[in-house]
Amino acid sequence: MTVAEPSPLYTAIEPYIPLGRSGLLPALHAAQKIYGWVPESAAAEIAKALRVPLADVHGVIEFYSLFYDMPTSKHVIRVCTDVACALKDADGILDRLCARHGLHPGQTTDDLSLTIEPSPCLGLCEHAPAVWETGSEQTTVIGEDGATFVSENRRPPSRVYGSVRILTANCGNGTTSLAKYGEYAGLKKAKAMTPEQVIAEVKASGLVGRGGAAFPTGVKWEGAAKAEGSPKYVICNADESEPGTFKDRVLMLDDPHRVIEGMCIAAYAIGAAKGYIYIRGEYPYIVPVLENALNEARGAGYLGNDFDIEIRVGAGAYICGEETALFESIEGKRGFPRIKPPFPTTHGVFGKPTVINNVETLCTVPMIIAQGAAEYRKLGTEKSPGSKLFCVSGDVERTGVYEVPFGVTLRELLEMAGGVKDGKQLQAVLFGGAAGAFATSEHLDVKLTFEDLRAAGLPLGSGVVMVFDETRDMRRVLKSLGHFFAHESCGKCYPCQMGTQRQKEILDRIAEGKVLADDFARLQDVGWTMTDASLCGLGQTAASAVLSAMKLWPGLFVEGQTSKVERQ
Amino acid sequence: MTVTFTMDGKEITVEDGQTLLEAARENGIDIPTICWHEATTANGLCRMCVVEVEGWRTLQPACVVQAGAGMKVQTRSEKVVRARKTILEMLASTMDLSDAPDILTMMDEYGADASRFPDAVRRVSEVKDDNPMYIRDYSKCLLCWRCVQVCADDAQYTYAINFEGRGYETQIGTFFDKPIPETTCVLCGQCVGVCPTGALKPKRQYLLEQGVSPEEISVLNTGRKKRKNV
Repeated sequence: MTVAEPSPLYTAIEPYIPLGRSGLLPALHAAQKIYGWVPESAAAEIAKALRVPLADVHGVIEFYSLFYDMPTSKHVIRVCTDVACALKDADGILDRLCARHGLHPGQTTDDLSLTIEPSPCLGLCEHAPAVWETGSEQTTVIGEDGATFVSENRRPPSRVYGSVRILTANCGNGTTSLAKYGEYAGLKKAKAMTPEQVIAEVKASGLVGRGGAAFPTGVKWEGAAKAEGSPKYVICNADESEPGTFKDRVLMLDDPHRVIEGMCIAAYAIGAAKGYIYIRGEYPYIVPVLENALNEARGAGYLGNDFDIEIRVGAGAYICGEETALFESIEGKRGFPRIKPPFPTTHGVFGKPTVINNVETLCTVPMIIAQGAAEYRKLGTEKSPGSKLFCVSGDVERTGVYEVPFGVTLRELLEMAGGVKDGKQLQAVLFGGAAGAFATSEHLDVKLTFEDLRAAGLPLGSGVVMVFDETRDMRRVLKSLGHFFAHESCGKCYPCQMGTQRQKEILDRIAEGKVLADDFARLQDVGWTMTDASLCGLGQTAASAVLSAMKLWPGLFVEGQTSKVERQ
Repeated sequence: MTVTFTMDGKEITVEDGQTLLEAARENGIDIPTICWHEATTANGLCRMCVVEVEGWRTLQPACVVQAGAGMKVQTRSEKVVRARKTILEMLASTMDLSDAPDILTMMDEYGADASRFPDAVRRVSEVKDDNPMYIRDYSKCLLCWRCVQVCADDAQYTYAINFEGRGYETQIGTFFDKPIPETTCVLCGQCVGVCPTGALKPKRQYLLEQGVSPEEISVLNTGRKKRKNV
């Protein structure tokens, strides 16, 4: 009797079988690597191996944009069509690419040799227009209209500037090895302290989360440290998907040990045995960099004894940057956000106490412990200590990541970036990302701190500063934001599920100059309903930029009005 | 243990752990709900039951938020009414509410305009008539999740249905869109029982509504067809 060889799929998913349902996303990624998509038979084999109901497996494939249950090529070209890239003719690039290959956007050739798709923000805004190509040894499209191409093996260059270089000390010159990074001095010092002392130091530093919500990091750690239940988890939220945000990409690519050290310190502080780095699927070129750094850290004894870290790769869902949706995704489910409370510190991933921090937040921790909170507080302001990374993109001379102390003004930041491109006048700045708000030249002297921005009604968010010059038609920018949120709403709660769609429809009309009477009131009711009544942060901020634009430029939303650009 | 708080200015005392919705219903205060059902886990997703709690940034779903000592709750504030009315108007522009009398009554109560959103893309799909027990008309589905929940851990543990798509394009579906007889469905009928909008309907009721006479239905003998083994 001969034993049948295991199928290539079984061999590929075998490492994930012990994970059960939590292995579903890794297994689906493995299947797609073989087939380019997930055929029914493969989905059934995965369901059986991981003991997940068939309908649930299908539900997960359907949720994530980067999983396909229809024949799709292994060779996919994705053209970013979100805000920063749209300013640089992304739609034209997509159209020309499609025309050249005889495809419509989203279509696959009959022989499955190529798929071309539009994509939400790829986190490459400083390199706009950006294109991501997968599954091709040799690029077929390099040099298309000056677009920046990335692939598994082709990483984007880093553009790092600023008036201080603390967090970004190792950024801008390729990946920093452990030998160059040096010993984990912060971790070493932390281990000479008690966990309580570490948490007290982080609290004293005044560090707040850099992902957008600005929650005090030390308070979060303290909550998880005191929570009942084990094991406890530390998660690095590297699902950087807020349009206009790309700082975490640069930090992870150029200085992976800083974030790993930050996670080690957090784990020691709360008593966690396991960590995850949940990185968005659109950053495949960072995964081997992190894997290598994790291996270096294991070799040096920082990992692998009482704490270790696993990388999880997302699959195209902005909502998974929301912490509870991210937990669901790690657990192998659709990325639906959970109702809070309970909060992650007591009921996080797998229902266990969890600390989840943004990449930049974790990168700040080693320095705070190594040098002390007092030293950290020497930079910045009383209420916003330290430095901050800003993602400057759009119509400026020098786009890139800028590290500055809290307290510089918007004007100073824009001057560092060489001012508005081609000597044009500033029309607007989108602050905080798609979920942010617009500023104008009136806000140039606002200090970039949590307190000053809050007073000016602007969110710091994830540090997005996207610049629009005087010639830009803001209605097109808003249209692009509307499409983003409609595409990314998870569909769980009614205000966001339907509101993002209605908002998109109205913004489409406005961009086409086909405004209906009462569209202003409709847009406002939809916007406030999403803001007030949505279940999670996505819906609560899906109208934020639109509502701010309605205040600044009410004329854009009224019948019979034309934009400033059209009048010229 | 009890907690005392105020709702619409009225002082209310309830058992610790009770939700605002339970507290309201015990005290004759009407809070509308769509997705909530006594037999399913509350998910707080329709947001019709949202209320304003003093000091809280956003409106809170009464079906899951527990009463807390000293809470000041408004169940009909301006914000609450705007949210409920807009949600109803968006529903009316999205789906076929003709078999959802409770929601039509809510629309009257809140003065919601069914044609508030002209040119809205509606969710339309063909009636799925693929088994002898029930039909699925997802043009009438408002995604309350009840059917998925009773098919899974809230009742039957069958896991025959789940979600397709995402966001506005979400729909309830089977594994690779298989007809019901080819799924794990055991035709228990619990999903039909909890559907609030007629999206899931007994096959016989559907046929009668289509004008098929009881005699013709008997000839069709749909009720006794054996489920195909897969």
